[in-house]
Amino acid sequence: MWDITKLILLGLIALIAAIAANWGHDLAYKVHAVIIMLVAGGLFIWQLRQTDETKPTVDTSGYMDGVVRAGVIATAFWGIAGFLVGVVIAFQLAFPALNFDWGQPYTNFGRLRPLHTSAVIFAFGGNALVMSSFYIVQRTCGARLWGGNLAWFVFWGYNLFIVLAATGYLLGATQSKEYAEPEWYVDIWLTIVWVAFLAVYMGTIFNRKERHIYVANWFLLSFIITVAMLHIVNNLSIPVSIWGSKSVQVFSGVQDAMTQWWYAHNAVGFFLTAGFLGMMYYFVPKQAGRPVYSYKLSIIHFWALIFLYIWAGPHHLHYTALPDWASTLGMVFSVILWMPSWGGMINGLMTLNGAWDKIRTDPIIRMMVISLAFYGMSTFEGPMMSIKAVNSLSHYTDWTIGHVHSGALGWNGMITFAALYFLAPRLWGRDKMYSMDAINWHFWLATIGIVLYAASMWVTGIMEGLMWREVDAQGFLVNSFADTVSAKFPMYLVRGLGGVLYLTGALIMVWNLWMTIRGGQRVTAAVGVPAE
Amino acid sequence: MSDPNTHDPVTGTETTGHDWDGIRELNNPLPRWWLWTFYITIIWGIGYTIAYPAWPLIDRATGGLLGYTQRAEVAEDIASFEAMNAEVSARLAAADLATLPIDDPAYRYGVAGGAAVFRAHCSQCHGAGAAGAKGYPNLLDDAWLWGGTLEAIEYTVRHGIRNETDADSRWTEMPAFGDILTDEEIAATTEYVLALSGQENDGTLAAPGEALFADNCASCHGDAGLGDPELGAPNLSDAIWLYGGDRDDVAHSIENARFGVMPPWGDRLSEDDIKAVTLYVHQLGGGE
Repeated sequence: MWDITKLILLGLIALIAAIAANWGHDLAYKVHAVIIMLVAGGLFIWQLRQTDETKPTVDTSGYMDGVVRAGVIATAFWGIAGFLVGVVIAFQLAFPALNFDWGQPYTNFGRLRPLHTSAVIFAFGGNALVMSSFYIVQRTCGARLWGGNLAWFVFWGYNLFIVLAATGYLLGATQSKEYAEPEWYVDIWLTIVWVAFLAVYMGTIFNRKERHIYVANWFLLSFIITVAMLHIVNNLSIPVSIWGSKSVQVFSGVQDAMTQWWYAHNAVGFFLTAGFLGMMYYFVPKQAGRPVYSYKLSIIHFWALIFLYIWAGPHHLHYTALPDWASTLGMVFSVILWMPSWGGMINGLMTLNGAWDKIRTDPIIRMMVISLAFYGMSTFEGPMMSIKAVNSLSHYTDWTIGHVHSGALGWNGMITFAALYFLAPRLWGRDKMYSMDAINWHFWLATIGIVLYAASMWVTGIMEGLMWREVDAQGFLVNSFADTVSAKFPMYLVRGLGGVLYLTGALIMVWNLWMTIRGGQRVTAAVGVPAE
Repeated sequence: MSDPNTHDPVTGTETTGHDWDGIRELNNPLPRWWLWTFYITIIWGIGYTIAYPAWPLIDRATGGLLGYTQRAEVAEDIASFEAMNAEVSARLAAADLATLPIDDPAYRYGVAGGAAVFRAHCSQCHGAGAAGAKGYPNLLDDAWLWGGTLEAIEYTVRHGIRNETDADSRWTEMPAFGDILTDEEIAATTEYVLALSGQENDGTLAAPGEALFADNCASCHGDAGLGDPELGAPNLSDAIWLYGGDRDDVAHSIENARFGVMPPWGDRLSEDDIKAVTLYVHQLGGGE
């Protein structure tokens, strides 16, 4: 019966998509309709050929790691794609000719920039979160993933969302909201996938064999729930036509801006902070072989972090049409957020207490430590930049870009690389990664790359902020905007070089993962027994 | 659950007794410095929200004890500079630029302020250094399409060129000779224009070009191609070219004509700003 339902559903989707491809008003919509038609049609045929065949029995006694293996590969793939586009657009800013006249409008900075941000945050970071949350929730609950193949639906559905988003940017479909660019039908699809993700996660937690829920799961669950809320509210929009990609936001003016930055700041807070803290809370103690430093600290900093983060969005809109009171609250909550953010760093670093020697001997631990160090640095820098007096200098400058990248490259990137190095040998039945030297190379290339990136953006950001505000004794502006652009050129080269180093490190990682996986055995890990 | 009294063998610290996939937790207290810093930020935050506008009420928000608003802050900033410059800017607004002595405070003020006006409003087309670009005149040299006197520059700033927003905008239009002359005639005229400016040219074509120039071009550009600032007609005998002076560019200009537009600034800049930017542009090097 379920098979028939699936066939009817897939057939209907393929049919509607075919109609949409014909009636579509714009190129992005038509291309997306064709992609959906091909996917649904392909699944329809595949499903049809399975009908009345005897189904291969799936061994459901162990953990469900196939989807985690797929996630490891997807994370590495999207990482390279995202870093590569980042390097391209970094050099486009230094050399505008690299926008390429022959590639217009597809290759211009305006379309490649959201491709880069979404590829690194949602494709690389998102796959890392989905994959590691599936791994972690099974281990820490001692239970197989709930919902059978629903986890596979989450994986493929999420990656279909990424393909739709990425092609949409290139073809010009965007709702012009930073980090929420995909148009209405892509948003609806992501909502469906995300609800399935929540169901798998919650279902597994309900099946847990440990009475207490491990701290990593608090963070991952808060990430899943909050992102759902943020995504739905910020994407409330009315399509101009169901046969076209364009939609109109339900909020307007400063209310739309406030909703957008409430969303975007908490995408940082819950996607890139809470979610990745969940990863950190599992992989760091496992790799170090040490207990988590303080249970009390993890409770206090978890609740403080998730309570405070949600209010901090208005600091993105200082000195705009936003009312003073909202601006004040955004700043105050951001500053109070400093210590709750640092709680994660302290708990991570102090977990190494008793195993500090591993920083010298284990390059994976070294990656985790540098990741936590960058986490601490950017969660100090963030509250500082939210202070109005600092913000009046830093806002709209490259300092913001540098801040985001020390968090993204340093914290998110490094902890993800460490997780991949942790997972690959375990998932493919190897003792350890193919080459520990290569991990060491990756560590140094990435670290030097981040330092070049962050330092050059501090220099150029503060310089341009000072140049913009420079007035002479009579109050006249001293510099034109173009003066600041040309003054930034050398730092743009340094930034591009930093990006190249970071990308090179990631390529070494992919080679290392490939050599580890090749010839490895897919292992099915037995479900854990609860501790006495 | 394992024995809650177990201790971590390495540090001797008590653990919580939880165990997940081999991960245990130490029962360490909150670091004191962390807790106190957290408290201090909270206390500071409460104080700050009392001092500044913060808590939303039903129809407004608390205003804060300091009475601060960001709009008032910026208005105060602007007002302080305006008060400081009030006398000299009034003097500039009332001045007759043609007779304003170069050592007058209003002149010096105008050049400094005009530079800022230029950076904010003019540099997008004319370049930060006023050197122009293809299609956007260089303001540093002594070639002026519409005249380089203070009066002429002020008029151009105020009313702009070939725009439809200002009825007094400067306006002339070169015909596109592609509709009027044959390809051969355009080629011949091109060679003659190259000859006028002393460039290498094909003499056999330039000779018939001279007659074509006299018939079609000289009415605006003059018999010798010296141009006419009354008509915005460029001088064709020098080495300064707004749209390029090589064979292809000249032929393109003759065939399709050009139509450079500048917006009017009379409604958008204050009286003293218009005079200031006029003085600034005039003293850049080529003012007449």
